[in-house]
Amino acid sequence: MNESAAAPKSALSFEVQRQVRKSLTGRIKTGAVSRSGMAVKVTVMVLLALSLLAFFTFDYKDIDFADAVRGTLTNAATLFAEPRLKYSTATAVLYQLFVTFCLGILSTILGAVIAFFGALLCARNISDPRVSAVVKSVVAFVRAVPTILWVLIFAVTAGLGSVAAVSGLTFHSAGYLIKAYAESIEEMDYGTIEALKASGAGFWQIVFQAVLPSSISYMLAWTFMRFEINFTNAIAMGAAAGAGGIGYNLFMAGYFYFDLHEMGYLTYVIVLAVILLETAATKIKAKVK
Amino acid sequence: MEKRRANEIQIFKKRKLVFTAAAAAVILLFWTASFVTQYDTLLGLSSFPRAFAWIIKSMVPNAKAIERLPNILKKLAETALLSVAVTVCSAICAFFFALLGSKTTKANPLLARVVRIVAAFFRNVPDVVWAMLLMFSFGQNVLTGFFAMFLTTFGLLTRTFIETIDEVSNDCVEALDAAGANYMQTVFQGILPSSIAEVITWVLFMIETNIRSSTLIGILTGTGIGYLFDLYYKRLDYPSASLVVLSIVVLVILLEIISGGIRKVIL
Repeated sequence: MNESAAAPKSALSFEVQRQVRKSLTGRIKTGAVSRSGMAVKVTVMVLLALSLLAFFTFDYKDIDFADAVRGTLTNAATLFAEPRLKYSTATAVLYQLFVTFCLGILSTILGAVIAFFGALLCARNISDPRVSAVVKSVVAFVRAVPTILWVLIFAVTAGLGSVAAVSGLTFHSAGYLIKAYAESIEEMDYGTIEALKASGAGFWQIVFQAVLPSSISYMLAWTFMRFEINFTNAIAMGAAAGAGGIGYNLFMAGYFYFDLHEMGYLTYVIVLAVILLETAATKIKAKVK
Repeated sequence: MEKRRANEIQIFKKRKLVFTAAAAAVILLFWTASFVTQYDTLLGLSSFPRAFAWIIKSMVPNAKAIERLPNILKKLAETALLSVAVTVCSAICAFFFALLGSKTTKANPLLARVVRIVAAFFRNVPDVVWAMLLMFSFGQNVLTGFFAMFLTTFGLLTRTFIETIDEVSNDCVEALDAAGANYMQTVFQGILPSSIAEVITWVLFMIETNIRSSTLIGILTGTGIGYLFDLYYKRLDYPSASLVVLSIVVLVILLEIISGGIRKVIL
């Protein structure tokens, strides 16, 4: 009796044993195994391994780490605790901030106009699939090149200055916004387009009576977000590509005068401007939606 | 019937009016901005075709550029690894920082406020300023770029992770609390598992962003792939510079494809 009962039980427990996952210490692991869970684990492992590899392969050039950190902290204290202008006046700084703001405005408007027409070619529901594929890959290429490289490339033919900066910023914004706009157009209900097509509406009628009204709020939200990015990018372009604006002041203070006080002042002005912009953008977005 | 029709016409009229006003405002804004920046619109627009003609003519990699490929790839690998390391380190720090700043997991309200302010500070100080500040003491070193990107990424990810934690933790924190879990158990059994997919998505996105910004920081601080581009560019060796650009494009697009694939599986 005992023996006959033992056989199926051990078979069952063998089956169960095969299914149960145990940790190294013999504790039974709970929780479901899923494809996404595995993917998360593998991704985390790979990222951590790559980071470790990075730290081992960096060329540190025998830097005295503690000394450099100490120096940086002292400099940071000077920069943030004693902001003072020496080579420039407060009004001049504010004007340069306004110039940077205008660079951001120009490139956002130009980028948005280009992106609107680009998105019409790119959105799969209103454009030809082949055209859409071509535009998508061109746009992916444009976006993959960092903004600063576009600015420097444009600077060769247009000279360093606002034209190169705006062209480069515009180019990258258009690439970014075409993708965003096209996605918001693709989200719209196909029934509307079909109904308009059936009643004999032309392409531009469909665009202005159906596509634009239904996706304008998303487009505006994306455009404001891009403006914030363009503003910070314009600062960087001023510093790295001589595009003018407050970024150029920053570059001069940092690389020519080595004046931490002036850098601190400029930094505070920029931080305040960015925070104001962020608040305004949040308010506008809330209103538009 | 008549009245309804009049109403409909009113709606179209209003839409037209709003549209015209918006267009006028944009044109006025554009005009003011181009006046302030001394931007010549015609010159600007004509710069596109001229730049393309020039790119096609001069920015094509030649044999000499191909010879430099090993060096370019070495710097590219360094930049890619740097971006990954920066993003991973700042994500780990930002996650724990975000726990203190989130509404549901904060240790105390004052600390949460401080966390949010600190994050906003690091996020909004331009990476150019960090790069210059670090440059004074670290010099032309890979660590200059590392810390400059670390600080901005840390600020940005802290804000994002606070939002993520707020979103996911509403139900699970209450349930775990009710079951008698302590703080650490709540974090590692509840919040981390339910927000990890979102966290990874953001990390992948930031790696991509950091590859781009490390180019800029590289130009400013003389490190990595940005320095190499700047070097060829200033020597007027455009074929080699174009090879640098192409290698960055390949890397970024490759990364986009990989992260798109990962996102599809985990979300």
